[in-house]
Amino acid sequence: MTSALFTSWFLPGVWITIQITLLSALLALVVAFVVGLARTSEVWIVRFVAGCYFEVFRGTSALVLMLWLAFAFPLMFGWQFVPMASGIVALGLTYGAYGSEIVRGALQAVPPAQREAGIALSFTKMQRLRKIEIPQAWPEMIPPFNNLLIELLKGTALVSTIAVADMTFAANISRLASNESAPAYTLLLLSYFVIAFVLTRGMRLLERRAKAGVGQKPESSGWLRRRLKPGAANDFARSQGAGGLG
Amino acid sequence: MSSETPNQEENESTGASLAKDVAGGAKSAPEDSAGAANPKVDGRELIRFDRVTKRFGDNVVLDDLEFRVDSGKHVTLIGPSGSGKTTILRLLMTLLKPDEGTITVGGEYLTHEEKNGKLVPAGEKHIREVRKNIGMVFQQFNLFPNMKVLRNITEAPVNVLGLSKEEADTRARDLLELVGLTEHMDKYPSQLSGGQQQRVAIARALAMRPQVLLLDEVTSALDPELVAGVLDVLRDIAHTTDITMLCVTHEMSFARDISDDVLMFNEGKVIESGSPDKMFNDPDHPRTREFLGAVL
Repeated sequence: MTSALFTSWFLPGVWITIQITLLSALLALVVAFVVGLARTSEVWIVRFVAGCYFEVFRGTSALVLMLWLAFAFPLMFGWQFVPMASGIVALGLTYGAYGSEIVRGALQAVPPAQREAGIALSFTKMQRLRKIEIPQAWPEMIPPFNNLLIELLKGTALVSTIAVADMTFAANISRLASNESAPAYTLLLLSYFVIAFVLTRGMRLLERRAKAGVGQKPESSGWLRRRLKPGAANDFARSQGAGGLG
Repeated sequence: MSSETPNQEENESTGASLAKDVAGGAKSAPEDSAGAANPKVDGRELIRFDRVTKRFGDNVVLDDLEFRVDSGKHVTLIGPSGSGKTTILRLLMTLLKPDEGTITVGGEYLTHEEKNGKLVPAGEKHIREVRKNIGMVFQQFNLFPNMKVLRNITEAPVNVLGLSKEEADTRARDLLELVGLTEHMDKYPSQLSGGQQQRVAIARALAMRPQVLLLDEVTSALDPELVAGVLDVLRDIAHTTDITMLCVTHEMSFARDISDDVLMFNEGKVIESGSPDKMFNDPDHPRTREFLGAVL
């Protein structure tokens, strides 16, 4: 890959991939909460509609949905998305469906006694959800959300099929232009890994924060820190004792 | 102050008057016009169970139960496990709904509403309104782990009663002083011992200024050495406020101490009731004698 290909195609491609990942993750998060909460509703019709959404979007391919949004939707409705938007919407709706299962599961894992305590204090259903159930379920959602986020990042490569110039699209261009497959795809592979690694680190940080926010000791930050600081596991307790954290 | 039981005769001591202030009104004295003006705290009927039946599947837990509790009374429910004591508290807290019969609190139907002269199951809003008069302390404390101690106490007064943050804070601080946990208000529940958590739970229930406090085996989950602290706080509240208490406990000395009435349950029915003196020293019913013989 020449430096011109790298700077004019690959680097902008990286940026596009990051943008699509973050925007579709945001959409997926919103969808996951809306659908996930609806699936715990006491009103059967709400549960039913949300269940249908989940089944439909889990059962359709993100790639096909993306192609449909980009090419069939404009023909059927006379209106078209910017290609990048089709990609973001398709990914957000699909991964949101998976995410709704995480939201539902985590909410159901909140002990029923917490709901009862909320009832005993006369909170409304919405207040219980907002102040008690979601804050307690949130730390449990983060690790599976992290998995999903990584899946989503890798899924963004699909947008290259609808001519969005993401990282994968750029790597293909470079390969065709330079006729060198090995460097282009190796770089691509590593780039996804690096972004995934950074995202995972970020999510771990978020998880630790969230756990501290419900008064749980976070898991130790990894073998390196444990090796370097044998007492690291006690840090949290100590700093809590001194009123430092949280 | 949680470590000593205030003397009933000297209830003008600081601890006692504090408990009065924070736990919802002084013991109704004749000159206490506020108390006298409120019909709900003048010793009349506050809770009534009218032919209440509750089943779990084929298992009849409460069988056509009738009983009433007068305002300001402390009533202890005793009986073997499975006799329906806890079910009564859970029905009152609307965590369960009766299969038959009605429950009234302060003259209002709890889970029913009158519409066009007919009694129909009440809507969520009506239930919430009546429920505000009732507070509950659970066996397992059930504090909110995502909130620090102070917020555990202030959250409901602010969001349910509409108190300002400052009012709720003041109320919570007073209550924390009452239960002897002022220095722990910035901790998470997970950082407290079981006994401390339970005292916070008591403060949290009292912060809503309920007319009725339901105590569901509040010391059963505690290490033995932590029980006394919790019971002392409850004695304090029982002796210095006019809050009505409905208490399920296996702590018979505590029951004897605070109760005006003791109700013996067996197989979903009240088989005997009376003053603690009578019930603990000279019960009439053979089942009561047998039960007390086993636990005392």
